[in-house]
Amino acid sequence: MREETIQLDHGSGGRAMHALVERVFARAFANDFLQELNDSAILPPASGRLAMTTDSYVVDPIVFPGGDIGSLAVHGTVNDLAVSGARPLYLTAGFVLEEGLPMAVLDRIVSSMAEAAREASVLIVAGDTKVVPRGKADKIFINTAGIGVVRDDVRLGGGNARPGDVVLINGTIGDHGMAVLCRREGIAMESEILSDSASLNHLIEAMLGAFPGIHVLRDPTRGGVATTLNEIACQSGVGIRLHEEALPVREDVAGVCELLGLDPLYVANEGKVLAVVPAESADVVLEAMRRSPRGRDACRIGEVVAEEPGRVFLRTRIGGHRLLDMLRGEQLPRIC
Amino acid sequence: MALRYVDEFRDGGLAAKILLRLKKTVHGLEPMHFMEICGTHTVAVFRSGLRDMLPEAVRLVSGPGCPVCVTADEDIDRAIWFARRPEVIVTSFGDLLRVPGSESSLLEERSRGADVRMVYASYEAVKIAQDHPDREVVFIGIGFETTAPTVAAAIRQAAAQGIDNFSVFSVHKLLPPVMRALLDSDSLRLDGFLCPGHVTTVIGARAYEEVARGYGMPCVVTGFEPLDILQGLSMLVDQKRSGRHDVEIQYRRGVTWEGNPAAQKLLEEIFEPADAAWRGLGSIPGSGLAIRSAYADYDAARRFSIPEIRVRENPACRCGDVLRGVIRPPECPLFRKVCRPQTPKGPCMVSSEGTCGAYYRYTS
Ligand code: SF4
Repeated sequence: MREETIQLDHGSGGRAMHALVERVFARAFANDFLQELNDSAILPPASGRLAMTTDSYVVDPIVFPGGDIGSLAVHGTVNDLAVSGARPLYLTAGFVLEEGLPMAVLDRIVSSMAEAAREASVLIVAGDTKVVPRGKADKIFINTAGIGVVRDDVRLGGGNARPGDVVLINGTIGDHGMAVLCRREGIAMESEILSDSASLNHLIEAMLGAFPGIHVLRDPTRGGVATTLNEIACQSGVGIRLHEEALPVREDVAGVCELLGLDPLYVANEGKVLAVVPAESADVVLEAMRRSPRGRDACRIGEVVAEEPGRVFLRTRIGGHRLLDMLRGEQLPRIC
Repeated sequence: MALRYVDEFRDGGLAAKILLRLKKTVHGLEPMHFMEICGTHTVAVFRSGLRDMLPEAVRLVSGPGCPVCVTADEDIDRAIWFARRPEVIVTSFGDLLRVPGSESSLLEERSRGADVRMVYASYEAVKIAQDHPDREVVFIGIGFETTAPTVAAAIRQAAAQGIDNFSVFSVHKLLPPVMRALLDSDSLRLDGFLCPGHVTTVIGARAYEEVARGYGMPCVVTGFEPLDILQGLSMLVDQKRSGRHDVEIQYRRGVTWEGNPAAQKLLEEIFEPADAAWRGLGSIPGSGLAIRSAYADYDAARRFSIPEIRVRENPACRCGDVLRGVIRPPECPLFRKVCRPQTPKGPCMVSSEGTCGAYYRYTS
C-alpha cells in the first residue's frame, strides 16, 4: 500500500479538505465550540481583562527529542499568555502544509497538539488549513493564536523590575535549543538531550497564587536567558547581575556548547520562565515553584541592581565581571 | 561529559591565590606585553572577566589567531565567486559566511539565491556532495592546524569513495610562520607568547622552539580555562624575570612535545606548505596549506578557473593593525560607530573569536 500523503486537493476547500478536517483536526481537538464548524467560534463571556497573542512555528526538524512542532505550537502560545499573567482559555490553529507531507506525520503532530492542549487545559476552538505546492514550504508551518484572562490583582510588566529584586528561573538553561541543534546536525551524545518544551501556565498560576505581586515574568525563548534579561533591564532602566556558579546548566548541554563554542545563556528554551521578584518574597515564590512539576529545579540566579541601567552582567566563577549583551544575529559555532 | 573536570579550572579560590602571587611578583616592574595568538584565548580572557583582574604590569595583546579574521579579502571574494555559480553549493563553517568581501558576504549571496550552507564538520560537506551528485560542492576550508586535519580526512574520504563532485578551496593557515613574521616586523614590542593548546595538540610544543631560541621569545603552551591562562601568564612572567626564553607547556593534560603523529601524517599526505595572503599582514611565505597535486581533483582552485580578482579594501578598516597587536579595537575610528557585530566592516568584528567582536561584546 502506498503511503498516504497531503495533496494540493486537501487545501482546495472541497470534499478532500472537508474529509481532512473531519478526520484529522476535528477528531483530535474535539470540543463543543470546534464541533460547530462555523466560520468563527462563538465563546461564552469571560470575566477579567483579556490577553491575546499569536505566534508562528517553523522549526526544523519538525520532530525532535522531547517534542515536536505540534506540542511546541501549543506550549509557545500558552506560555506567552501565562507570562503575561493570563489564564489561557482558547487557541486557534492555522496550518500551512507542504504537498507530499505524509499523513502519518500530520496525524502525529496533530495528536501531540491535542495532548498538549489537554495538559494545559485549553481548547483549540478554530482552525485553518492551506496546502502549498511541494518546495513552497518546509513540510509544515503552524500558527497558533490564544486568548486568556488576567486576574485583576496581577500587574506583570517588563518595566517593573526594581533594584533589590532577585531573578529566579524554574530549571536548566539551553535544553531546547541544544536538543534541536543536536538532532538537526546529527551530533550524537551518550544520552540524548531532551527539549524542555512544556506549558508553564500551571506553574505560573502556582507562583502568582503564592505571591500575586511578582514584578516580571518572561519566557526566555529565542535569544535565550541573556537576551531576555537584557530586554527587562532596558524596559525597567535597571542593571541585572547574574552569578555564573548559580546558573543551572545540564552537563551534556554545557559539553556540547563548549564543543561548538556556543554560550548556553543565548540558547533557546521552551519550558522556562524567568521571574523578577522582590527579595522578601523570593523564598515564598521559590517554594511554590519547587512544588510544581515544572519547577522542581527552580533557583535564584541573580539580582537587580541600580548600577549600569539597561545592562546585564555576569559575575564569573573566578570573580571577574563581564557584560552579557543581547544576542546579535544568530549564534554560530566557532571553527577553531 | 566531564564538566566537573573543567570546573576545577574555573575555581574562584584558586584563581584568587594565583592572582595574588602574580601581583606580588610583578609589583613595581615595567609593564610586560604578552600576546595571546589565538582567538579562543582572547574570548576566554574576556568571558571570564580576567582582563580586568590582571595586575597593571601584565598586559595582554591579542594576536592574529582567529582564522576568520585573517582570511584575506581576495579569498572571501573568491568564495563568493564560487557561490555565484549556479551549479555550485558552497559549504563552510559558521562565522565565515558573514565576513564582508569587496562587495558582499556569503550570507548576502545566500539571500539573493546562492546555495550556501553552513556545516559543523567537513564530512557533512562530503555528505552533501553525495546527496547531490548533479551539483558541485565546494567546501571553503578555513582554520589552523587544529581544523586542517579534519578537512584532509574529508578529502581522503571523498577520494576513497570516488566522490567526484566535491572539492576544497583551501585557505588554511599555519601558526608558527605567522609568529615569525610578526617578530620580523619591527612595529611590535612583545615579551612572550601564550601559545594555543589545541593547535599544539596537533603540531607539538617543539614547533615553537625556533621562535623561542631564534628570537629570544618566551613561549608557554596554555589551555583555555581561566586558571590555565593565569598559570600560563605567571610562567611567562617567571621566564621574563629570570631572563630565559624557552618553550614550556602549561597545558600538560593535552599537549606533548611531539604532537599528534597521525594528524601530522594526514596533513602531510594531503597538503603542502604554500605562501598565503593574510588580512592586514600581506603574503607570508610557507604560512598556508595548498592541496598536493596528487589530489588536484579535490582542489577547487584547480578544478575551476577562478578569474583574476581585484579587491576593494575599506581604507578606514584597521583590522590589520588589530591583528598585529599594534592597536586595540577602540583605537580604530570605526569601532562601535559604524563597525558593530550587526554591521561589521571588518572580519575582526564578525567572528566570535575576533578581537573587535570580543571587545564589543564583553566591555561597556
Ligand atoms: S572595529 Fe571594525 S573596522 Fe575597525 S579594526 Fe575592528 S573590525 Fe576592523
